[in-house]
Formats: sequence, structure tokens, C-alpha cells
Amino acid sequence: MLQIHKGGHTLAYKKDTLKNFYRTMVRIRLFEEKVQECFLGGELPGFVHLYIGEEAIAAGLLTEMDKEDYITSTHRGHGHCIGKGAQIKPMMAEIFGKSTGYCKGKGGSMHIADFSVGMLGANGVVGGGINLAVGAGLAAKMKKSGQIAATFFGDGGANRGTVHEGMNMAAIWKLPVIFVCEYNQYASTTPASYGTSVPDVSIRAQGYGMPSAIVNGNDVFAVNEASKIAIEYVRSGKGPYMLEFKTYRVKGHFVGDPEMYRSKQEVQEHFESDDPIKNFAKVVLAKKWMTQKEMDTIHSEVEQEVATAVEDARKDPYPDESELFNDYYVEVGVK
Amino acid sequence: MSEEMARDERVFVMGEDLARQGGIFGQFKGLPEQFGIERVRDTPISETAIVGAAVGAALAGMRPVADMHFADFIGVSMDEVFNQMAKVRYMFGAQCKVPLVLRAPDGMIRSAAAQHSQSVEAWFMHIPGIKVVIPSNPADAKGLLKAAIRSDDPVLYFEHKALFPLKGMVPDGEYIVPIGKANVVRPGKDVTIVSYSMMMNRVLEAADKLAAEGVNAECIDLRTISPLDKETVFESVRKTKRLVIVHEAVKQGGVGAELSACVAEEMIDWLDAPIKRLGAPFVPIPFSPALEGLCRISTDDIVKTTKEICR
Repeated sequence: MLQIHKGGHTLAYKKDTLKNFYRTMVRIRLFEEKVQECFLGGELPGFVHLYIGEEAIAAGLLTEMDKEDYITSTHRGHGHCIGKGAQIKPMMAEIFGKSTGYCKGKGGSMHIADFSVGMLGANGVVGGGINLAVGAGLAAKMKKSGQIAATFFGDGGANRGTVHEGMNMAAIWKLPVIFVCEYNQYASTTPASYGTSVPDVSIRAQGYGMPSAIVNGNDVFAVNEASKIAIEYVRSGKGPYMLEFKTYRVKGHFVGDPEMYRSKQEVQEHFESDDPIKNFAKVVLAKKWMTQKEMDTIHSEVEQEVATAVEDARKDPYPDESELFNDYYVEVGVK
Repeated sequence: MSEEMARDERVFVMGEDLARQGGIFGQFKGLPEQFGIERVRDTPISETAIVGAAVGAALAGMRPVADMHFADFIGVSMDEVFNQMAKVRYMFGAQCKVPLVLRAPDGMIRSAAAQHSQSVEAWFMHIPGIKVVIPSNPADAKGLLKAAIRSDDPVLYFEHKALFPLKGMVPDGEYIVPIGKANVVRPGKDVTIVSYSMMMNRVLEAADKLAAEGVNAECIDLRTISPLDKETVFESVRKTKRLVIVHEAVKQGGVGAELSACVAEEMIDWLDAPIKRLGAPFVPIPFSPALEGLCRISTDDIVKTTKEICR
């Protein structure tokens, strides 16, 4: 039942697919770098959790899902939004707390959602999104719509009871749900080796009679190949599937995290030797699937896109005070 | 339930022991035969997943009704109730609706002891984003349930366990009790007595006894505790100048505390006597009938307290 999927870069990829992988990863990277810059510059309220170093997972998995499919995300959700097709401008505006944001400034970084692309929300409670995806999978099954749902959690979130209840429920009802563990080594400050009972979370999938795969999460090709198998499996009605992507959280738990629990050297070594975007470039250049120029073009287009999003977000208005009580109940009824 | 499930195929119910048992109090009997076990869905003992999945299904276009077995078990799924169900619509800037009903049988019956007897409704009036209804009789039970199922907002539906065997007139077909509107059940001029759920029945008995002694009590059934229909209560108190609030839940931090604070804050000058609250003492509910009885407000308690401020 458990597959180790390292990815052989053996499949043939269309140019569009390759460009899409690259664009998605660069979008996430540059978006996050800009968010970090704005946060450190004191421009952003609240706090932000960055997805840098984990981009291949969102790019390899989410570009393979349909627009109508559902996902639920975590506090580290910007990459999942972008991967599922959310627009950068309203995302940035939301993080700035502006009225033009996805949630009209009422959600912020940890609660970005775009229901028009099946993105049912990032979630500030670790493990909080798991059962929302189980429910979306249940709805899809009851409506016979052919949609599937995927839910993200980390090696930290894996220890929430919500994961146990959700996996069991999805398994007994054979729901079309992919449980996606982004094993990024740290639950806030706590290393997975300390806080998680097994080195591979996917071992636990066996306890629910669910197939699973361990995948190099920093290799977009491996991610994509494993995702195709998982998506086909759950869409065919066989039940849930678990994907465990091994990756590394390059940035602190949040921007401003003093990171007393690990050395700068550890982070540097990981990022230099195993950056998912560099990994991609190495493969496509060696195989002559893409040229450096093609990648550079995409990079500068995205750079411009992100810069514009920030400029707009800065200029956009904050929500009006009259917004406070809007969007609360659908029916206001008797006061 | 049956009428609403027939009316809208997006409505389904899930919870523990529904399909095979018809619900622990028989409240879902006949539904599995009529609608099948896909729409009357037995769940594992997983309150967290039940509420979480109900929220997710609602976000994905269904209209779930989730049963909590006992109101006491809501605590297991509290994050799903107050961080997910209550907040997602506002937090996501109204991109979604959460048409979800959480049914929660509460209250004391037959010495069920500390973890199966509680009335926890007040916790949920402290949470913006949830509507909380709590019927006192069979007709309202139908009317409020229909309103809750048709609401596009999440509704917590508390149903007192003693309500299940209660007999009473129930209107046929379309009978909807609006959420957020209190009901003046019995008009009177001397004192306002506010209550809800099973205690409302004790209040009406007390009002009969009080009438025999020359005290005309106006009795208000809140029906919904969030949003609270303060105006109906204020209007009554402007007339009677006296207020008694009665509930089965513990008195400390209860619905009565909120309501009396509102009255004191907004219209204290209208009062001719101190506000009185009747609620359970601040202890877990004990098992032995000899002790459990001490936690229960009786008709005579209501009569006695009301007379104290009507002298």
C-alpha cells in the first residue's frame, strides 16, 4: 500500500505544463519574498507564515486538479491559493487588510479563500481544515459531481485528532479526499523527530486502510507524478489517499521568528542544495525541455505582476467602518 | 425533518445511531426508510469530524443537519463550532454560506448525571456568527426546526430531552416560527416572566397559580436566544415594571445574566423592583434523584420568587 515515489523525470511533459510548473513556483516564491519585505518594512498588520522552499508541492499537485475541485489549507496557505489559481492582486490586498482583498480585509493572511476556484480557505487552526475537506468530499460524493477534495497539513498538524477522525470517516465512506502531508520538518519550533511518533507520517494511512505514497516534495516532477496517481485513485471512487511530501521549511514559523531551535547553517545547506526551483531548472536545462531565456521571461513577468499587486494594495482603501457588521449573518432578521 | 428532506434534496442528516436506531430518543424514526441511509447517515463516534464535515458539506452546497447525540458532547467539537462553523462566512468576506443545523438534545431527565444532563445554551450566545434556537413545545419544535433548516446561517437547535415525549398540537404542513422573535405566550400586566425550553412550561403553570392569587404575569418565550429579541422583553417590562427570568441552566453567566444586564443597562428607570433570576445552582448536576432535584427549578419556586417582587 505504501509507495516510495522519488520521481524519475521519465514522463513526457508538454511545454505548457512545464511553463505552468515554473510560473506557479516563481509566483509563489516572489509573492512570499515580497510579503516578507513588506512585513519587515512594517507595512503589514498581523503576522505571516511563508511557503518558501515548499513551492513544488503546490505547483505539482494543484495544477493537476480541476478548477471545480476543492482544497482546504493551513496558516501557511499563500502557496496553496496561488497553486489552485487564485489571483495575486486580491491576495496581496487581503494581506494588507484592504477592502479589495479576497475577504474584503476581514480574513488576512491566515484566512485567504477563493471559492470561485474551489479554494475553501486557509485556516488559522492547525488541523482545522481537515474535516472541512472531508465534508466537501462528502458533498461531491452525494451530488455525484465527480469533484474531489484535497486537504493540507504538516508533520505538526498530523498529530491533531481531527486528522484521525477525518481519515477514518473518509475511509469508511470511501470519500474522494486526498490527505496531503507537507512534512516540512518543523511544527512551529518543534522538530518532527521530537513531536511525531514515526519518521514517515504516511505509515499511519495504513491504519485507515488507505493507500499512501512518500514523495520528494522538492521535486515538482515527482510531486506531479505521484499526484496524478492519487487524483485518479480518489476520482474513481475507491476512497481517500494520502500523499506525504518530504520538504523543508526554509523560513521561520512566521516572519520575525528568531529561530532559536535550529542553526542558520542548517537552513542554508538545505536551501542551497535542495531548492525546488533550482531543482526544476537543473532538470529542464539538462533535458533541454526549456531554455534559460524562457525561464527568465516568466520570471520577469511574474516580478512585474507581484510589484503591481503591491503597488495597488498600498493604494487601495481600507474597509469602511460600515463594513463591520456586514457579511455576518445572511439573514439579519429581527434585531 | 421529513417534510424538509422531501422539499429539498440537499438536506441530509448525519450523526451517531440515526439510521439503525432512529436516533437515541427516536427523533429520527422513519427517516431512513423514507430517504435511505445516504441521506440519513450513521457516523462513527467522531463529533469533531461530524461538525467539521457538516461545515465542509455546507460550503460545498449541501444543507446538512448534524446531530450531537447529547448537547454535552458539543465540547468535543468545539473548535469546529466556534472557529469554523461560526466564523468562515465573515472571515472569508461572505464568499460562502453555512446552511447548517446542529441539533443538540439537552437538559435533565431521569438522573443522567453530570455529563448527560446539561443546558449549555449560554456558551453559544457569546459567539458571534451562530444563531441559537431553543423550543419549549411540540409546535415550536416543528416551526423552529423548519426555520433552522431553511436558514442560510448556521443554527444551533437545542431540544430538551423531556420535549421528545411531550404531546401537543402541531400545525400541519408549512408552519415556520421565525428565528430571532420572542413570543408573548400569555399577556399580563403585573410582572414579566421570561423563559424558554422546558422551563417555559413550568412558567405557564406558575402563571396559572399566580393568577389565582391575583398576580397577572406576562409570560414570554424567547424561542431564540441569539440573536436575542430584547425589544419584545423591553416592551413588556415597560408595561409591567417587573422582571423574572427562569432557566434550567446554571444561573451564573446564564441567558438570564445577559438579559437582565440589557434591561438594567437600557431601561433601569422603568423598574419598580429588582430583577430576579432563577437558574440551577453552580454545581455539576449530581446523579442521585435526592440531589438532582435540588438543581431543578419548580413551579412553586417561580411562584414564590415572582410574589417577592410583586408585593
